[in-house]
Amino acid sequence: MTAIDKGTDKSVVPAEKQVQISIDDVEMNVPEGTLIIRAAEDIGIPIPRFCDHPLLDPAGACRQCLVDVVDDGRGRPMPKPQTSCTLTAMPGMKVRTQRTSPVADKAQHGMMEFLLVNHPLDCPICDKGGECPLQNQAMSNGRAESRFTDVKRTFPKPIHISAQVLLDRERCIMCQRCTRFSEQIAGDPFIDLAERGAVQQVAIYANEPFESYFSGNTIQICPVGALTSEAYRFRARPFDLVSVPSVCEHCASGCALRVDYRRTTVMRRLAGPDMAVNEEWNCDKGRFAFVSGRGDDRVRHPLVRENGVLREASWAEALDVAARGLAEAGSSVGVLTGGRLTNENAYGYAKFARVVLGTNDIDFRARPSSLEESAFLATHVAGKPMDVTYEDLENASSVLLVNFEPEEESPIVFLRLRKAWRKKKLKIWTVAPFRSAGADKMGATLLRTVPGTAAKVLAEMEDVHVDGDTVIMVGERALEDPGALTEVAALAERTGARVVWVPRRAGERGALDAGCLPNLLPGGRPVAEAGARVDAGAVWEVPNLPAEPGRDTDQILVAAAEGTLRALVVAGVELADLTDPAGARTALENTGFVVSFETRFSEAASRADVVFPVALVEEQAGSFTNWEGRHRPFKAVLPAKTVMTDLRALAALADALGKDLGVRTTKQAAAELAEFAGWTGERVAGPAADPVPDTEGLVLASWRMLIDDSRGNDGEVALLATGRRPVVRVGYETAEGLGVADGDRVTVASAAGSVTMPVTITPGMAENVVWLPRSSAGQRLAEELGAVGGVAVSVTKAADESNTSGGVA
Amino acid sequence: MTDMLTPVLSANWDQDRSWTLPVYERTGGYQTMRKALGMQPADIVTMVKDANLRGRGGAGFPTGMKWSFVPQDNPNPKYLVVNADEAEPGTCKDIPLMMADPHLLIEGMIISSFAINSHNAFIYIRGEVLHVIRRLQAAVREAYRAGYLGKNILGTGYDLDIVVHSGAGAYICGEETALLDSLEGRRGQPRLKPPFPAVAGLYASPTVVNNVESIASVPAIVRNGSDWFASMGTENSKGFTLYSLSGHVSNPGQFEAPLGITLRELLDISGGMRHGHELKFWTPGGSSLGILTAEHLDVPMDYDGLAKAGAALGTKALQLFDETTSVVRACLRWVEFYKHESCGKCTPCREGSWWLVQVLMRLEAGRGEEGDIEKLLDISDNIAGRSFCALADGTATIVQSSIKHFREEFEAGMTTPAWELFPYAKSALWNESATSTTGASA
Repeated sequence: MTAIDKGTDKSVVPAEKQVQISIDDVEMNVPEGTLIIRAAEDIGIPIPRFCDHPLLDPAGACRQCLVDVVDDGRGRPMPKPQTSCTLTAMPGMKVRTQRTSPVADKAQHGMMEFLLVNHPLDCPICDKGGECPLQNQAMSNGRAESRFTDVKRTFPKPIHISAQVLLDRERCIMCQRCTRFSEQIAGDPFIDLAERGAVQQVAIYANEPFESYFSGNTIQICPVGALTSEAYRFRARPFDLVSVPSVCEHCASGCALRVDYRRTTVMRRLAGPDMAVNEEWNCDKGRFAFVSGRGDDRVRHPLVRENGVLREASWAEALDVAARGLAEAGSSVGVLTGGRLTNENAYGYAKFARVVLGTNDIDFRARPSSLEESAFLATHVAGKPMDVTYEDLENASSVLLVNFEPEEESPIVFLRLRKAWRKKKLKIWTVAPFRSAGADKMGATLLRTVPGTAAKVLAEMEDVHVDGDTVIMVGERALEDPGALTEVAALAERTGARVVWVPRRAGERGALDAGCLPNLLPGGRPVAEAGARVDAGAVWEVPNLPAEPGRDTDQILVAAAEGTLRALVVAGVELADLTDPAGARTALENTGFVVSFETRFSEAASRADVVFPVALVEEQAGSFTNWEGRHRPFKAVLPAKTVMTDLRALAALADALGKDLGVRTTKQAAAELAEFAGWTGERVAGPAADPVPDTEGLVLASWRMLIDDSRGNDGEVALLATGRRPVVRVGYETAEGLGVADGDRVTVASAAGSVTMPVTITPGMAENVVWLPRSSAGQRLAEELGAVGGVAVSVTKAADESNTSGGVA
Repeated sequence: MTDMLTPVLSANWDQDRSWTLPVYERTGGYQTMRKALGMQPADIVTMVKDANLRGRGGAGFPTGMKWSFVPQDNPNPKYLVVNADEAEPGTCKDIPLMMADPHLLIEGMIISSFAINSHNAFIYIRGEVLHVIRRLQAAVREAYRAGYLGKNILGTGYDLDIVVHSGAGAYICGEETALLDSLEGRRGQPRLKPPFPAVAGLYASPTVVNNVESIASVPAIVRNGSDWFASMGTENSKGFTLYSLSGHVSNPGQFEAPLGITLRELLDISGGMRHGHELKFWTPGGSSLGILTAEHLDVPMDYDGLAKAGAALGTKALQLFDETTSVVRACLRWVEFYKHESCGKCTPCREGSWWLVQVLMRLEAGRGEEGDIEKLLDISDNIAGRSFCALADGTATIVQSSIKHFREEFEAGMTTPAWELFPYAKSALWNESATSTTGASA
């Protein structure tokens, strides 16, 4: 049985011992062990540096930060200058930097001169020129003129170390930030130093490219222009860019971003500093995938259907047509909002459904869902204040992951868990069919499951220490194992462990809190609670709200297909992401009237009667709520032209319907949504679902890869090329039973269809499980197999001739 | 004259098949180990401390003190690593020792491992010396077969395994932390200290890294006592050591003598410079510690004596050069070595040696530019004491000492190629009378 220990008390933390030191005669107290370079920063003394990075282990490689230690704390000077990036503060230590020590100053000048010996000084054509630590510090701490009149070493330039990252070796100063980042932070040690002396260089292994979801960070922390990206190389000069702090719209990690634009175009995105969330890192999807809204499929003007064909129309006409269609349907309208809306837009839909349409048929889940999940979200997540933070993960006694692959589904959670494992030996368990590469990099212990049996595994797990300081991280896919969420809730109840739900998309948590769920009003208020409806009615200034919980996504689509629902409002839903894409298409085609809100033309838009063009995230202000429940506000980077925010368009549509949405601007929506905080009343009853009986034969498991066929990645060719090669995974026993060898192309078939990919035999994988990426290489499981997991499949060796076509995306 | 020699380490080198176990045993081999395994480990440490045996790999750190730094309460295994990556220019003592008497090293390792409570010992040996590697491997095999290694050695309950690991030819791997990285299968580059190897060395466990000669000296100390050992040598430099003579001498080779012997004495014993030539300059301890001149013939070659002369004992690799040799050329060759062997990790070593070579090359070619000598000195000053490990200090020292003693030759490099001032054939050809018959083939 699960070990239970509620009595752990971590409140007794020894206070850090302070030591007194002096830097340039400034006396100061710092915690013992503080690096001198950090202590100097605290009193505003910048010591030049290249290899030093506060989030990487010290290297002492570039030697630029040399200081003079006139007293080591025991009354003796140190005979040689010391690197302040590796030197720790000792009681009584007296240090002189370049400001007060000729020795330190000469040492630094000498080092800078050495660094430039083999540096090409091609600043005028280098992307880094203008924001280059080498350039800047050569000015501030270097000689005005070099005495080097000899021959520099050169390399053929540049070389690709991955499809995205290029390396100009002659610019490299061997600080090892990139290699240390990849090894320490990302856990992807696929770049390392090769050769020696002046021809030492960063290199990749012969047969293994720099395969890392975090490779872009190496470009950002490179202190010279040695690393550049395919996406940005030679595209802009730093001094032509305007930088705007923002927030990433892809996953629920909630990374701070720095968005750089030139005139009217975003040129690049960088990780923004936010020590509480993403520290200084982000993933490659967040960094590079921002051009999907620039294609020919961008919807820039309203469209209305005339004689079966969509044509451009004015806003007035489109609003008029939409209002007529919706008025005819009355309250028989389903609202599908998808998981990518800002909080304010989601709130607009939640209110629009209740106040304007008079329905609770609203759901944000453009993915599988279940009643158990609805109940779980309503009880444990919706409208709750932030309870578990990134920092809490680091301080947890243990972390239990349930159907959650952080590296693929919330990469910054992955980085933080890896950090906690590396630095604090955090114990991590993962409920999954196999120990993924990501789990390996977090030192996670596998609790092996066959799809459908997670509840059983959770109920019966042994030697798993869960206590009041444990964090249980439930992935969005937990609902795919019936009973798992029920079991998690029970486990938390029993042990006092905290539970967090980590959805995959940036807008899901916000949509949940805003009330885009059939059983919930904003702030986690149950639709079925009279008091909750009174609350909402008071804020919305309406006497009555629909009292019956509405239909969820699947039910809405079934009802629409049957004609029970007479109209649909669809916002940013990719039909192929739904459980039954074919059914969804039929539903949209059969429904009397469809209004679509889209940034880009989509399958939903193509079946709509009216399409409203809405703003991209970069074109509007707003906020997301990340998995922690942390509010992540952002400002518009660029102005929206000819398009509106969802919220503004909904308000206009309400007007056309003769109703008042009450909010038109993001600010108004945010303020009104804030009024819904702090629900202390009854909540929806917790989840209660039984596990399903074990399935016979081979069972399908799957999840989405970070870089896959997601439409958000569109247009970024180099990024897509860095995605993992899609493969079928089976364990040894299963492979043996099937008679397939590693690398064979196999066909996985369900009752509905099949997909074909090469197979990778995966050690330690649960028997009789067949794993596939959910949406890679143009093969979407929901489409091809009619299911994304838990169903019986068969596997056969594919014919040989397809070998050459490969499965590489 | 030869009574100045004290063959202990080299006592058996002239025996027929000296490297085999029976020969080693016949001369008393593995008897000291039996004695040591009956002692308290701490007593052995004290004995080596009392003998004041200092590291023979170059830095001269007291061996016994190094052993006493190993935290015995650390739950991790303790390791002994023998640094046999002998690569300092001119140094040739560990390799002949292992070639001629590998069992002496193994016996020393057993006693030393026992003293520090280690059950796994490694010999990290230079990869180029394949014949020595094979001989060591054979000796280790013999020792296992005789029950001197493995489980429950000679019924004492003490276990020890020895692994012979060959490097891949990088000078930097003689630096103890780079050696440990390489031994772990990583790229050999020096590690940040602290933690020091004694606390977190091989596989992050307490590790003692000792030179071959240091460990090979241990059996004699345990056999004869620390007083016996300390009766040889000078005040702060006790015992005997191997001096390697090479270069323009009539009789190059290894000479084992008490510390503190002078070069003049060694030359007298060995037969002096090559016939008809005189000493111009020499390295006392490999090139990394700089050069000395004929002025220093009477400097006692021990830790203090050479330090006073502005050099250091180092590896006691005495490379001697006569008046036919260009200092500029020799200096360039050495710096080229450091440039080639710089591991690349830190800036001053990597870039400084790259730059020095180019300046020296034009001085050798007689195309020196105004200010080049000052430039060489300033580059050296910016390298020395600024680098990650001591490798770069060697680069700076050889340049600084060459200019200090022979500045005029560098000045001549502004106008005249070194090969005109010092025709290279003269320093390369051994038997000058043979030039007429064999031609200038060198």
